[in-house]
Amino acid sequence: MKLTGAEIIVKCLQELNAKTVFGYPGGSVLNIYDEIYKCDTLTHVLTRHEQGAVHAADGYARATGEVGVVLVTSGPGATNAVTGLATAHMDSIPMVCLSGQVPSALIGNDAFQEADTVGITRSCTKHNYLVKDVTQLARVIREAFYIARTGRPGPVLVDIPKDVTSNVADYEDMGGKVDIPSYKPKVRGHRRQIARAYDYLVRAERPMIYTGGGVILANASKELATFAHIIGAPLTSTLMGLGGFPASDTQFVGMLGMHGTYEANMGVSRCDLLIAIGARFDDRVTGKIDEFAPDAKIIHIDVDPTSISKNVTVDLPVVGDIKHVLKELNHQLENSEFDKQKQDYTAWWSEIDAWRKRDCLAFPQSDDVIQPQYVIQQLHELTKGESILVTDVGQHQMWAAQYYPQEAPRRWLTSGGLGTMGYGLPAAMGAKMAFPDEPVVLVSGEGSFQMNIQEMATLMQYNLPIKIAIINNNFLGMVRQWQEFFYESRYAESDMTFTPDFIKLAQAYSATGFRASKPSEVGPTIKKALETEGTVIMDFRVNREANVYPMVPAGAALNQMILL
Amino acid sequence: MKHIISVLVENESGVLSRVAGLFSARGFNIESLTVAPVDDGKQSRITLVTIGNDQIVEQITKQLNKLIPVIRVANLNERAHVERELMLVKVAAEQENRAEVLRIADIFRSRVIDATTSSFIIEVTGNSRKLDACYNLLQPLGVVEMVRTGKVAMSRGEKGLEKR
Ligand SMILES: Cc1cc2nc3c(=O)[nH]c(=O)nc-3n(C[C@H](O)[C@H](O)[C@H](O)COP(=O)(O)OP(=O)(O)OC[C@H]3O[C@@H](n4cnc5c(N)ncnc54)[C@H](O)[C@@H]3O)c2cc1C
Ligand SMILES: Cc1ncc(C[n+]2csc(CCOP(=O)(O)OP(=O)(O)O)c2C)c(N)n1
Repeated sequence: MKLTGAEIIVKCLQELNAKTVFGYPGGSVLNIYDEIYKCDTLTHVLTRHEQGAVHAADGYARATGEVGVVLVTSGPGATNAVTGLATAHMDSIPMVCLSGQVPSALIGNDAFQEADTVGITRSCTKHNYLVKDVTQLARVIREAFYIARTGRPGPVLVDIPKDVTSNVADYEDMGGKVDIPSYKPKVRGHRRQIARAYDYLVRAERPMIYTGGGVILANASKELATFAHIIGAPLTSTLMGLGGFPASDTQFVGMLGMHGTYEANMGVSRCDLLIAIGARFDDRVTGKIDEFAPDAKIIHIDVDPTSISKNVTVDLPVVGDIKHVLKELNHQLENSEFDKQKQDYTAWWSEIDAWRKRDCLAFPQSDDVIQPQYVIQQLHELTKGESILVTDVGQHQMWAAQYYPQEAPRRWLTSGGLGTMGYGLPAAMGAKMAFPDEPVVLVSGEGSFQMNIQEMATLMQYNLPIKIAIINNNFLGMVRQWQEFFYESRYAESDMTFTPDFIKLAQAYSATGFRASKPSEVGPTIKKALETEGTVIMDFRVNREANVYPMVPAGAALNQMILL
Repeated sequence: MKHIISVLVENESGVLSRVAGLFSARGFNIESLTVAPVDDGKQSRITLVTIGNDQIVEQITKQLNKLIPVIRVANLNERAHVERELMLVKVAAEQENRAEVLRIADIFRSRVIDATTSSFIIEVTGNSRKLDACYNLLQPLGVVEMVRTGKVAMSRGEKGLEKR
């Protein structure tokens, strides 16, 4: 079948089961848009900014586990997409971004709306391509999807010159099949390494399980739960791993790291065996590296060899997909005398329970000023913890992580690695697009919210109702907190003296706005918002100078927490 | 410590900038880098010399392996290997120095590949130390310019990087 490049792109998207494209048109992609117009199996969402399109595809991908798809034009379209790509790259989110490029003959000539997109995005994508020949287009798109979703997932960009979209080539449906000799991610863990893990587990007296985003990416929650229950050890998760293990399980001790719980950080500092599963020993997690888990042997299960022994030397690496490795390991544990051979953890658990009693997340309630933590608690209670929860970046993000416990995977969407303010609104939109019947709540700050505020219009155009809670402290709160702690309260440029009237702003977009200024108004405001149809902005005027606790100062050891 | 790393890659456009970009983005050092197509031109073989402790070099090889068009990576320091480098030196030599230049060239079993009444170009191959030594002797005689290829290297024995 002879088709134009633009037709091939649409055919490939169908072949690869892509249903939703987030994008923004422009000269170099008009041929592609014309084919999308004619195609009735693809839904296109016109965002108001390319960054919004990429975050929306990212939210879609995190919520579904499928590859998010983005389409942007050359030059400014592609450069606007960069922050979104970097965000997805840092959190290993599967995504394919198609970008238009000036016609092949003009590349390198400083042509109108030309940017070296492949050069610019090289370090913020898992891989990227410039397609110079229409006969290679279908292969490249299939490879892009394959690379995006396999191994350690990530965004892949395909840059397509305009002439390639009009040139013709043969197309045949290949069912997405690819063959990339130089790319063969390892799925199965090494048998001997898995067997050795057993020996470590049997000997441990104070084991601790440390899980990360890899559990979510591998869809391995079930295998993790089985593993954790066989071992019976306390389990802590990174910010990215929340929801990979039910927070209500008694073995769960909360998040670890800079804003982790007392029990999680003390536990990691005291354990004699740390079992890291799909986590990458980020500096927000380890604190001072020399004093991280100082007494522990470390087992590390990860699909990406570069994650292993990058920051912390690991005693037993197992390279492979978590789902496969845990299945194998669980099988071994279940078919052995592990239960009889393992050490007695009673003393270990009583240490953990003593740390738990410190109740590090308790905060002082007040009758006249809203505590931000209370807003999140109320959101949790009134949504029965059943909403997909999306956040922006800052203090509100940490409070959302601490006070909205996650029970299941893919319902907690947050930018961890890059920490991109402005991620929340478009990502929530992407999640709602994927699950129109699920409640989606965005917890944002007035700073972050203003970074992609334009996507309110997209929400309205596509009828994607979400509930937005702005934790409004009139500060770039997280910055202010650092300035309070480490710069003697010199609040240099963190005071947002002017913010828009979010109620009127909601109305300008034909949405609804409510404000709460007193603690007694919090619950009723949330109830009203949940009962109101369509998108609602809740403007919570909170304690301006509340801090996130516990906090491990940058560079300090994990057990050196500032507590409230 | 210096490490010699051999990298076999798909010979496609942009692959060299991926490799070089990896080093700059992650703050790794490149001391030298040579690259040329091998076999039928579908693949290229890169030899690069880098400096770092074991942990850094382990990261370098893992990161290189992670690049999609990279087919194989070998740290030649981990095995017996041979290495060679080529140097061209242009010496401006008149009358009394000409014999001395030729004598030095001879000692290093190098070849004169260009000669004019006032200059020579000498081609020297060998390990890097030999090249340094030769250069140091020629230098006082009037070196105008010199160029070196950087190391190429190969493991000893029957096994190769291209076919296992
Ligand atoms: C303001 C702010 C504060 C923060 N504070 C904290 C904090 O207190 N605590 C905290 O934990 N984080 C915090 N973060 C987030 C932090 O920056 C990192 O994003 C996070 O810790 C990384 O999580 P992770 O280790 O789970 O890695 P991820 O980035 O989720 O990486 C996943 C790992 O799993 C591997 N993997 C992927 N797929 C598979 C598979 N199928 N099989 C096997 N392995 C796989 C990958 O190779 C990778 O190594 C904060 C972020 C911000 C913005
Ligand atoms: C795009 C971007 N710019 C700057 C930062 C640095 N930064 C991290 S948190 C923060 C403050 C966020 O303020 P706000 O959204 O109001 O949330 P709060 O901390 O007050 O809850 C800033 C500026 C960032 N993470 N992202």
